[in-house]
Amino acid sequence: MITLTIITDWLMKYMSADAAFYTELVIVAAIYLAVFAIFGLFLVWMERRVAGFFQLRLGPNRVGPMGLLQTIADALKLVTKELTGTKKADSYLYRLAPYFVIVTALMSMAVLPFSAELQAFDINIGLFFIASVSSVGVIGIFLAGWASNNKYSLIGGMRTGIQMISYELSVGMVIVTMATLAGSLRMSEIVELQKDGWFIFSGHISAIIAFALFMIAGTAESNRTPFDLVEAESELGAGFHTEYSGMNFAYYFLAEFINMFIISAVAVVIFFGGWLSPFGITDSIPYMGVFWFMLKTLFIIFLMMWFRWTFPRLRIDQLLTLEWKYLIPINMVNIVLMALLVWLGLTF
Amino acid sequence: MENKEFLADRIRTMEYHLNMGPQHPATHGVMRMILTLDGEEIKDVEPVLGYIHRSIEKMCERDTYKQIIHLTDRLDYLSAHMNGEAVALLVEKALGIEVSDRIRVIRTMIAELTRIASHLLWWGVMGMDTGALTTFMYAFRDREMINDIFEETCGARLTMNYNVIGGVRYDLHENFQKRVKEFIKHMKKKLPEFDRLLSDNVIFRKRTEGVGYISKEDAIAHGLNGPTGRGSGFSCDIRKIHPYSAYDMVEFDEILLNGGDSFSRYKVRILEMWESLRILEQLVDKIPEGEYRMKTKAVIKLPVGEHLQRVETARGDFGVYVISDGGKTPYRLKFRSPGFANLHGLNAMTKGEKIADLVVNFSTIDVVVPDIDR
Amino acid sequence: MTKSELKEKISSWSEELNFVEEGSEFLVVEVPAHLLRETALKLRDDKDTAFDYMFSMTGVDYGEKLGVVYHLESTTHHHMIEMKVYTDDRENPAFDTLSDVWPATYLNECEVYDFFGIKFNNHKNLRRIFLEEEWKGWPLRKDYVDEVNMLIR
Repeated sequence: MITLTIITDWLMKYMSADAAFYTELVIVAAIYLAVFAIFGLFLVWMERRVAGFFQLRLGPNRVGPMGLLQTIADALKLVTKELTGTKKADSYLYRLAPYFVIVTALMSMAVLPFSAELQAFDINIGLFFIASVSSVGVIGIFLAGWASNNKYSLIGGMRTGIQMISYELSVGMVIVTMATLAGSLRMSEIVELQKDGWFIFSGHISAIIAFALFMIAGTAESNRTPFDLVEAESELGAGFHTEYSGMNFAYYFLAEFINMFIISAVAVVIFFGGWLSPFGITDSIPYMGVFWFMLKTLFIIFLMMWFRWTFPRLRIDQLLTLEWKYLIPINMVNIVLMALLVWLGLTF
Repeated sequence: MENKEFLADRIRTMEYHLNMGPQHPATHGVMRMILTLDGEEIKDVEPVLGYIHRSIEKMCERDTYKQIIHLTDRLDYLSAHMNGEAVALLVEKALGIEVSDRIRVIRTMIAELTRIASHLLWWGVMGMDTGALTTFMYAFRDREMINDIFEETCGARLTMNYNVIGGVRYDLHENFQKRVKEFIKHMKKKLPEFDRLLSDNVIFRKRTEGVGYISKEDAIAHGLNGPTGRGSGFSCDIRKIHPYSAYDMVEFDEILLNGGDSFSRYKVRILEMWESLRILEQLVDKIPEGEYRMKTKAVIKLPVGEHLQRVETARGDFGVYVISDGGKTPYRLKFRSPGFANLHGLNAMTKGEKIADLVVNFSTIDVVVPDIDR
Repeated sequence: MTKSELKEKISSWSEELNFVEEGSEFLVVEVPAHLLRETALKLRDDKDTAFDYMFSMTGVDYGEKLGVVYHLESTTHHHMIEMKVYTDDRENPAFDTLSDVWPATYLNECEVYDFFGIKFNNHKNLRRIFLEEEWKGWPLRKDYVDEVNMLIR
């Protein structure tokens, strides 16, 4: 069900109902692709400026006002580069791999509620959909590591695969915890339920623990420091995307930032009230929700960038020990705790 | 229980070779290592050197002693001053030239500033190797203060070329004392901050504690020296055992830690920076008056025989060994580089550990590859 | 231990060891090639000498002879000694390896082989370490001639 009724009505004047439906699908997909690209570029600029300020220097500030056009210049450079590839690489899989990552990122973006009126795909298993689709993205990374026919890429691909599969469990369990509190998996309904108080306040202890776990697991899901052993530049060259150059590399690069955006957006929806404004100030203004949603998401993204430029990185066995021996037991106890809180009616 | 066989033991695995090639972000310079791996465990590390070999030892057989000092700056460029000091001290001892107190104090002060600069760069790179990329920027910003002091007095920032046989090349600049005092005050505020950024970080501790353990006997047998050896409890500070220049005029402690692992080696260098600041503080107000350059003959010929001089650089125990036949140029000159001796210890430290540990161990040994390759 | 005490102690092990007093600040022991390993083991294991730190290993070309100079130091008694070993054979010089006595000599022996051509028996992996694998000749010898790379004044 698509809720952009304005476009539907306008198209119905010129075509039959079926054609309007499919045209609308295409238009919405194009809009999301454009948002994906522009937002990716904006996030790269933000990362470079934030990094600069942490390291006591200015980031890019020459190209365009405050350096905003810097990433477009970089993207142009990447597009014009030669697409190298090794002779012995399995060329079909080698070219197929980036598409897995991009397609899954786009699919996850489709269910995010940007505001009460702007949501492309409002199914009743929204949260579950995001979790399952992001698991498919791991295949893209495995394929990249294998098909490059390079020892470094293989090691990088293996490491990523293990890491992402392990931390999927933590993310899934946190989603279960918050779904217990909400009583529903549909994204728009979860946001509506938070009109009386954001879940992080109404679920008090259990929700705060869940938020901490979600931040750790989410950082690991999107392969950021302190869990970026995959692309550990100091060790293995560039990990699983060593053999990719030009536009292929840009796909992975952008996909990492979009993954970060998706994790932050999910955190905002299930903990911080989605597109709701604090104390309900501007809830009656239509489309104002987009502003609040973006603000909260950008704050969580800033938090993830802060982690990156402060902490050293964990070794692969320490990473897995953290997940399997510490995070999963805590998660399980937290689910039971949240269930108890809801059953006994102790939430605010 | 003896007959229990695990499935994992029956799976046949094969060792494979991985090349950490000459261009690599983690090897500090052009060095190639061939690793033999079993899964992620390292079985053997074999270095292949020579990418920056410039045959300095052969060149020294054709250069006069005054020209050899110019070549020593390029050996270990992070402690350039101390290498030249070694050759100058060797020639002065062999010819019996007595240098004035002013020269000794100047040499010691510039040497300690070089040591702090080298350890700051090491600290920045160590953070970078473990993934905390910000430390690199912080370290270089503070190193700029030292570079400015060098530029004013010696004329260059990195390869200072300041020692000559019989003294130093130029007298101290008039701003030298003021700048050194400012620097000491600045560093005393910054060093605790730097220390806390990495040492108190749980992730960093888990990466370095218990990693790369080498016992004291093994350290002595493998010839480890400098801060690397002192992290295992091997007392090898040449400034204490065979003092030279002004080191018998000042009080300082030799840092010895018994941990033997990477964290101890890291901690030794941080504490050494404090000791260097202490030496500088004691000397900055008491620079004696005198000549800055003694007169020597125009043509320098060493007496027949062998001469050895050892100096403590930031990497360890640097030695110059000269066999002279009475002529203008040495018959055979050998530079004993501390990095070359520490390199074989890497093999003993990393047996059975993972690639990520190899990067951390290699970083704590603090190798500068031109020092090894000469 | 002083130079004379060391000289007494070490000369009691074998008649063939030669001692040189002048020319260097340390005691110099000249060891014949067949006694190299034995003397090295005794120098390391004996309680009074206890040379456990091999400081430096240098290859030298004396004109007719080729030799290796070992500088040894004791970390308990704080004395130093030089051990020299020579060979007259310039075509195929060979000594015993000391890499199991002092592991620090492992890479140093590769270096001496690379520059002088001196082979070490029973070394695990003697190879050219600084120069390329296919390099011909032994550069640090005095009779090495290279038209392209060397500049002689």
